[in-house]
Amino acid sequence: MTMTWFLGGLGAIVLGGVGSLLSGRRAHLASAFAAVGTVLGAGAGLVAAFGVLLGGATAHLDAPWAVPGGRLTLTIDPLAAGFLIPLFVLAPLCAVYGAGYLAPAGRTRRLGAHWFFFCGLVALMALVLTAAGGLLFLAAWELMTITSFFLVAFDHQRPGVARAAWLYLAAGHLGGACLLAMFLLAGHWSGGLDFTRFSALAGLDAKPALLLFGLALAGFGAKAGLFPFHVWLPDAHPAAPSHVSALMSGIMVKTGIYGVLRVVTWLPPPPPGWGMSLALLGIVGAVYAIALAIVQDDIKRALAYSTIENVGLIFMGLGFGLWAAAIGEPAIAALGFAGALLHVWNHTLFKGLLFLAAGSLAHGAGTRELDRMGGLLRRLPFSGALLIGGSMAITALPPLNGLVGEWLLYLGLLRAGRAADGLTGLLPLLIAAALAVTGALALVAFTRLAGTALLGQPRSECAANAHEAPWLMLAPMFPLLFGCLLIGAWPQLALRALQPVIAALAPGSLPALAEAGHELGGVAGVAWLLVAVAALTGLVAVVMARRRPLTRDATWGCGYSAPTPRMSYTASGYAELAQRSLMPAWLRPEVRRSGPRGPFPHVARLWQRSLDPVLHRFFEPLAWRLGDRAVRLRWLQQGRLPIYLLYMFVACAVLIVWSLFVSGDWNPL
Amino acid sequence: MYGVTNLLLIAVILINFFTLGSSRLNSCIRAVAAQGALLALIPLAAHGLTFHTVVLGVGAFALKGVLIPWVLLRALRQMRLRRESGPLIGYIPTMVLGALITSAAFIFADFLPLRPEHRGGLFIPTSLATLFVGFLLLMTRRDAVSQVLGYLVLENGIFVFGTLLAEAMPLMVEAGVLLDLLVGVFIMGIVMDQIQREFSTLNTERLSALKG
Repeated sequence: MTMTWFLGGLGAIVLGGVGSLLSGRRAHLASAFAAVGTVLGAGAGLVAAFGVLLGGATAHLDAPWAVPGGRLTLTIDPLAAGFLIPLFVLAPLCAVYGAGYLAPAGRTRRLGAHWFFFCGLVALMALVLTAAGGLLFLAAWELMTITSFFLVAFDHQRPGVARAAWLYLAAGHLGGACLLAMFLLAGHWSGGLDFTRFSALAGLDAKPALLLFGLALAGFGAKAGLFPFHVWLPDAHPAAPSHVSALMSGIMVKTGIYGVLRVVTWLPPPPPGWGMSLALLGIVGAVYAIALAIVQDDIKRALAYSTIENVGLIFMGLGFGLWAAAIGEPAIAALGFAGALLHVWNHTLFKGLLFLAAGSLAHGAGTRELDRMGGLLRRLPFSGALLIGGSMAITALPPLNGLVGEWLLYLGLLRAGRAADGLTGLLPLLIAAALAVTGALALVAFTRLAGTALLGQPRSECAANAHEAPWLMLAPMFPLLFGCLLIGAWPQLALRALQPVIAALAPGSLPALAEAGHELGGVAGVAWLLVAVAALTGLVAVVMARRRPLTRDATWGCGYSAPTPRMSYTASGYAELAQRSLMPAWLRPEVRRSGPRGPFPHVARLWQRSLDPVLHRFFEPLAWRLGDRAVRLRWLQQGRLPIYLLYMFVACAVLIVWSLFVSGDWNPL
Repeated sequence: MYGVTNLLLIAVILINFFTLGSSRLNSCIRAVAAQGALLALIPLAAHGLTFHTVVLGVGAFALKGVLIPWVLLRALRQMRLRRESGPLIGYIPTMVLGALITSAAFIFADFLPLRPEHRGGLFIPTSLATLFVGFLLLMTRRDAVSQVLGYLVLENGIFVFGTLLAEAMPLMVEAGVLLDLLVGVFIMGIVMDQIQREFSTLNTERLSALKG
């Protein structure tokens, strides 16, 4: 029954996509098909996923498939359901938002292909999460990369977009190559590509297991945005339309996290070193990314870096959980896994909200540059308030949901520091300190983002003429904010829903989980108390203001008689302190300045740009050097058909002989 | 039964040599058409009259023996081509190469791990030889029509191999191969037309100008 709901949902999504592909020039019709299909399909999918998560029964489908060596097997187990829920929550909202967002574009161009790829991406992500065979998984994974490539490249005429999409495709395919190698090795060692066979991998030696784990981390990490494989994210997200950024950042990167978790369930129990390495990689990536988020001019680029940060935090939680399980502390491991998984859900909600809100800001103001925005809260009251809500959630302020996931992580780290002794106990405490640094930097990044965009006076003509987004774009953001509030207010509910997933990852953790849920309830209670105090203070202030007559007068201008928006703090100015005194030199943006010189006023200029150091200092030079080396092979490309045919002929002949040798069937008479 | 089959297969090999050695495109096309028609008989001769073999034979005859040669001859007439524009390697050396390849195929077939009932027959060597001759045609000829012919000969080699397994191979696979061939030839026909219009010759050498 569960499977029927799920397949029905997939069918509705695919039908929506095909319908919009067939609608030709009628852009409204195309958007409507996609939005309706995705909403209906996601509803059915949610029924299936919640059925598995709350009912506890795993759903299977096994059907023959005409591909050699492949069967069409789908399984919805709790782990898959735990990731299907955020997918089916976010995807329909993005589809509805996109219908509004693309309406202006739809007047001049066809949207059928875009919506087809959008629906395809949603369906393929669902397939990736439920595939129970290596072949089907890889096929869905690669198609997911390709469909999302087309979505990123939607505005390919705009400068930089094609390059960003290309970078994304390259990163996706390199990751895919790692996964292909991993699945082939796993299939070789376990005797089949079905996931049920992979349980044989649990008997693997340490070295091959480490190889599989490393390949999975590189392959899935490239999709998830795990440092240092995150390089495509900061370029791809600003390039893509906002509903696509929200979908990719909110849930597509999570498929990488799902993949790592899935592989971990097959492998033998990992030694503590693996988990700790993963945790360190995650936290280093988180600090790195949030530091860079502070210096970005582009609002969506800053959000993309924040995604890398959050993915780093999730990986940190998972790695920490693996480590704690390996040193025999299931209660602490449960806290790590619970924190990470809860953060997966939370991040889907608030990052989806933030990208959608940033999209309506950019849509309304016609720019994505923070330094050209300003004063938008007055012009876009709803989008602005939603952006503030999302920023509060992501910076873990009560009473929203960002707090609860991070609280579990802190709790686990601190308990681990107390439980383990000596140097082993030091590491979790250091990670906790780094987590605190991340939290503080996130606060800087998001006060800067929301403050410069929304408050003060408009800094440019386009910001002054900004308009509020249409209702079709506003409506999908409210459920997301509501979700943030819901999990923030009753985190026990989310934890209860995630219980089967955590139990599958860390057996023997249920009592600890129940206790953590109880404590979380207390945290939420304190958060509500804080809100109540704040609300009461506000009420008192309002009452006091009512009592005293209000006098309107000019603000004290600090001696400036005619303030202009040019005098207000810019986003770059706000970040300067962090940039100069906190960041190491290699993280700082590239700055060109010509200051005023001499006794008389003179034109002063400041220009700065932040490129990703890992991409710019490591991957790009590496790619160039490889390219230079590869030029020597240019002579292979003679440009003549017969030569190419000769290559094919030689390759075929060599393959025939080789296959005979390898199979051992070579029997000279 | 085997006598007829072997006779047909030897004829196929001889036609291979004819196409390698002939410079007249018209007769080359006819030879390949004859080869296709002969191939259509092989399933019937080898496996007797069944529904499967009849469908296969009729389909192969209609496509390889009639439709595709007709398309090619028509293209030739429209483009007013008679002779081949000169191969990369001369006709005699090509023939010698073809002979070497054919004998190599015969020797190689003996080394293959075959099932006992297929051992010693002419099927495998003929199939390999035809395949390689097709490759040779593709590699050594310069004009597009000859390259299409090379493709067809290559395909014929695969067909011979397929008839060996006609009982095991589902009809759908065979039909798929034939359809693939037809579509391939049509696409090549369009490409030929484009080459002709662009360079006013069918010599594919000019295409290397595209190389950067």
